[in-house]
Amino acid sequence: MIEIKNLHKSYKMGSNSLHVLKGINFSVEEGELVAIMGSSGSGKSTLLNILGMLDELDEGSYTLDGVPIKNLNETKAANYRNKFLGFVFQSFNLINYKNAMENVALPLYYQKVGRKERQEKALKYLDQVGLKEWATHLPSELSGGQKQRVAIARAMAAEPKVLLADEPTGALDSKTSYEVMDLIQKINDQGNTILIVTHEPDIANMCKRIVHLKDGIIIEDKKIEQIRAAQYVQ
Amino acid sequence: MFDLERWQEIFDTIRKNKLRTFLTGLSVASGIFILVILLGFGQGMQNGIAKEFEQDAATSVWVWPGVTTKEYKGMNPGRRIQLRNENYDFIALLLEDQIENKSPRLFIRNSFVNYGNETLAYNVQGVSPQFQFIENEFISQGRFLNQKDEDVKSKIAIISNKINREVFQKLDSPIGEFLDISGISFKIVGVYGDVGGEREEDRIYIPLSTAQQVFNGANRLNNLAYTLPPVDDFDAAVAQSIKFKNTLKTYLQQAHTVAPDDTSAIQIYNPMEEAKRFYSLMGGIKFFFWFVGVCTIIAGIVGVSNIMLIVVKERTREIGIRKALGAKPWSIVGMILHEAIFITAIAGFTGLILSMGLLEIVGPHVEVDYVLNPSVDFNVALTTVFVLIFAGAVAGFFPAWRAAKIHVIEALRDE
Repeated sequence: MIEIKNLHKSYKMGSNSLHVLKGINFSVEEGELVAIMGSSGSGKSTLLNILGMLDELDEGSYTLDGVPIKNLNETKAANYRNKFLGFVFQSFNLINYKNAMENVALPLYYQKVGRKERQEKALKYLDQVGLKEWATHLPSELSGGQKQRVAIARAMAAEPKVLLADEPTGALDSKTSYEVMDLIQKINDQGNTILIVTHEPDIANMCKRIVHLKDGIIIEDKKIEQIRAAQYVQ
Repeated sequence: MFDLERWQEIFDTIRKNKLRTFLTGLSVASGIFILVILLGFGQGMQNGIAKEFEQDAATSVWVWPGVTTKEYKGMNPGRRIQLRNENYDFIALLLEDQIENKSPRLFIRNSFVNYGNETLAYNVQGVSPQFQFIENEFISQGRFLNQKDEDVKSKIAIISNKINREVFQKLDSPIGEFLDISGISFKIVGVYGDVGGEREEDRIYIPLSTAQQVFNGANRLNNLAYTLPPVDDFDAAVAQSIKFKNTLKTYLQQAHTVAPDDTSAIQIYNPMEEAKRFYSLMGGIKFFFWFVGVCTIIAGIVGVSNIMLIVVKERTREIGIRKALGAKPWSIVGMILHEAIFITAIAGFTGLILSMGLLEIVGPHVEVDYVLNPSVDFNVALTTVFVLIFAGAVAGFFPAWRAAKIHVIEALRDE
């Protein structure tokens, strides 16, 4: 599904150049649930941004579902993002004047799906994350966990090839975190490919594979026995 | 533009950001409103001034004798100048090719006008037939004076619509009725109206020759009135009337031994010259109104741009989210512009309709001197609205474009 070869990325900081990713080789199969771990500054967010086409690579190659991702202009990147990727952010990033259903329906708007169908799909995905009754509530009326579940529903609504989650539990308490991880695991069980950036070991252990980043290179890449979050959720 | 989905998206945004929309709209609507009202009053002033000059024919020239104030050739100041028939006749010869209409006037002072046993308080003036065109009188019934009346010194009178209404309202027509003017009967043969309205309709006209003979006028005249042939070009018309005035003045000053710099002995009133002064004043006022109006519009544009900047700033994060979800840069620009143009257009037309409505309703009732029926050229107003919409779009484009170019990561980091 994802194929990365010899990925380099550096940022210009004034006259200095900061080499963040120093030759990453990495691939993800369909249906995997991967945790990318590392301390801050290890380059894990940069990697996720490149995977998410929010940032461009300097060197190396990136292939997503057989499509080489290169020479992206804004429009092309937007197209790929819309078709291939779903994002979940630490700070939820819901649009605050749109209710839960409208937020979930938004990626479908950019896929040029009709209004009626958008709403039906949005409700379907809200139902999947258990928030159907909250469809008409604004984000400000939802708890953190609920917001993240809406954000996950939104990411799923576009039916992406890969779900990218940047510290999805970073702003949540552990109980709520486990609820969200339970949801992510269930989505993964349905065969969706998911990448999670996290620095919390317990969250990482709920994935099927952990990739450790340190100073811009992968120092460890191992498959693990998944811990189900459901056992922590009442 | 005709993408229904986008309209729905915009209506959603507008519905959920009512205050922001309202404030944007208010700045635009009030800009247009003020501009239209200003332009309306500019036009009203122009109408009003035009109306003031409509009372008499525009190219008319009026001569009023007065009292000398300067010693000249052994003559003492304080001498009253009396115009006489020979002055009038000489001018007619001297300036024959420059005159269109001419008429002397004799005011019958201390006259008593009676109809039956009613005593009436109107002026009686002896004039020539052409006076009708100098004073801009139109005939409502019967006829005006003619040359034959003048030649045979007929005892006839022309009354005004106002007199007709006030005195003869019981009759179908006053024609053929007799007025008693200081004991002498005059037959009414016509009713006139004045373009300047009823305040110019207090006069009864009788033939000049009759007036001089019957009321002991001898060959005396109270004033002289002329019109000059119409000239299409305004400046040429002004030049013509000034030249005419100067010739006239020189002759009369010589004929009556008046110092050339004595301004009160012979007074010549020349509406054309006055009009020129008013029109240049008017031009200044109109320019000022336009200037203020354009400044208002600029303020409106600045307001719109300002709000657009704030809107984009406020929506940076939202734009980032939309981009992460797959919005293309042009769809972001399109969305923001579409919204800006929509709000500006609605607000602009609201301002336009309100102000036009106000002018339409209040305009005809404005009764102030020099302001008449303030109104505004609809096309001008419409153009202004479009200019404002266009300017709003341009002003909105740059922040929108910058917003569309924002890096998603940075936008999402924006709190």
